Amino acid sequence: MSDAHPLLEVRDLRVAYPSRDRSAGSGWTEVVRGVGFSLGRERLGIVGESGSGKSQTGRAILGLTAPGGRVTAATLKLGDIDLLACSERERRSLRGGRIAMVLQDPKYALNPVLRVGQQIEETWLAHAPAGKRGGRTERRERVAAALREVGIDDPARVMRLYPHEVSGGMGQRVMIAMMLIAEPELLIADEPTSALDVSVQLQVLAVLDRLVAGRGMGLIFVSHDLRLVQSFCDRVLVMYAGRVVEECRACDLDRAQHPYTRGLLSCLPELGGTRRPLPVLDRKPEWASENAAPR
Amino acid sequence: MRPALGLSVQALTVRFGDYTAVDGLSFDLPPGGTLGIVGESGSGKSTVLRAVCGLARRQAGSVALTGEDSPAAPGTAAFRRQVQMVFQDPYGSLHPRQTVDRMLAEPLALHRIGADGPDRERRIERVLDDVGLGPGYRFRYPHQLSGGQRQRVAIARALILEPRLLLLDEPTSALDASVQAEVLNLLDALRQERGLAFLMVSHDLAVVTHLCENIAVMKGGRVEERLLASDLAEGRAEADYTRMLMRAAKGFARRDTVA
Repeated sequence: MSDAHPLLEVRDLRVAYPSRDRSAGSGWTEVVRGVGFSLGRERLGIVGESGSGKSQTGRAILGLTAPGGRVTAATLKLGDIDLLACSERERRSLRGGRIAMVLQDPKYALNPVLRVGQQIEETWLAHAPAGKRGGRTERRERVAAALREVGIDDPARVMRLYPHEVSGGMGQRVMIAMMLIAEPELLIADEPTSALDVSVQLQVLAVLDRLVAGRGMGLIFVSHDLRLVQSFCDRVLVMYAGRVVEECRACDLDRAQHPYTRGLLSCLPELGGTRRPLPVLDRKPEWASENAAPR
Repeated sequence: MRPALGLSVQALTVRFGDYTAVDGLSFDLPPGGTLGIVGESGSGKSTVLRAVCGLARRQAGSVALTGEDSPAAPGTAAFRRQVQMVFQDPYGSLHPRQTVDRMLAEPLALHRIGADGPDRERRIERVLDDVGLGPGYRFRYPHQLSGGQRQRVAIARALILEPRLLLLDEPTSALDASVQAEVLNLLDALRQERGLAFLMVSHDLAVVTHLCENIAVMKGGRVEERLLASDLAEGRAEADYTRMLMRAAKGFARRDTVA
């Protein structure tokens, strides 16, 4: 699905942090090592275990790598904008504007002392095109519309609530509404449903799904949950030790080639499964090797 | 092998202020059996475990061990020795400034097990071996261990008292999939070797059915449905809520493929 003009193009992305152990070689530890992909208006899943570099990849695209980290890439382009050549100021105006991010846990990602409506409005004020901010009533109407779009039926009530007064699923919808009000082209969702109960998880995914389809947004869905990604995304990148070890269409994941992907799929217990003991991953050092081409 | 223990819980009620977390819950766990409690956050499933081991106060109802002539009563040292708990988050349940050795020695000291030093030494070495950690891990701190290794330490800390009933509160939900498989295999093997009874809580149907034969589905502090793991596997669930959990476990389903 990578069309001629990809929304996002990433080539040889590398993220490194200074190592604590100065004696170990160059003094930098690479956590993302040569990741490359291009994204169209599709749902791209990035899966991997903790420490595989999946979140670091998402953060590097946004320009949210922790201070001290070093980001390099052969190409890192959003449309025609070269993200690496942007100043910090330009990156900031893109963030929340053209690229938005939904984080894992709404409990920590929302400002606890601001009402939900104010927080959403703040995003609009920060990113609205000049002269289009609108008056107070107009802005409130816009916030209400954003909340309705994520499936909240009584936006007037929800707008007045504080984050501690909303449930996890509602909080995550508020986050999504906040991200969407500036109408981004690209949404990066980092484990957006991991902190939620399964039933709520599906509601939030349905909201994301509808928005991506309806607005033609690109979505990068970062998750550790292979089954979820398989059922939700169009395409999947499997990351291991900072590298993409496999790239395939989500529907082909069951026919994955790489032993790591296959191992990850087979070590999950299944309803009605009778395999005892469960197969465990036998990690091979060559999986992490930089010379191995992604399958 | 020592006789297996079971658990009988009758009309258990736990309230926090005005909020009733567990509402007149009853169940029987046969000696050496396995019961998995499934439910979403707020359903009261973890509170059941906490009430059984005495971490939450019972407002009403009874908790009793079954399976031997004079079972230990709740609140006694013997009960606490026979019933041990493994918590959800191995990042929070281990003391950050104690070595593995010290964390394993503490239950022994508390329960005055092992008359002399050498005996305790042997027990610590053996339990580390049982959970698949070599002696090399004995003098490490939690921050020097991975998530899976920490959960093994937490399991070792429970096992060192040679309990007969293990309370497992989402023992693998904080772990990566491949590590989850290792810990599930470990628990499975320990149960078969030692005839342990398991009372396990989880939101993951596949994990629960992997370890437990009997399943109770909880919602709002009550049991919504009771069934066998094999029934669940073959889709023989009656309650709507259980069916919803089963659908959700299958992943995301796009309803409107037409649009």
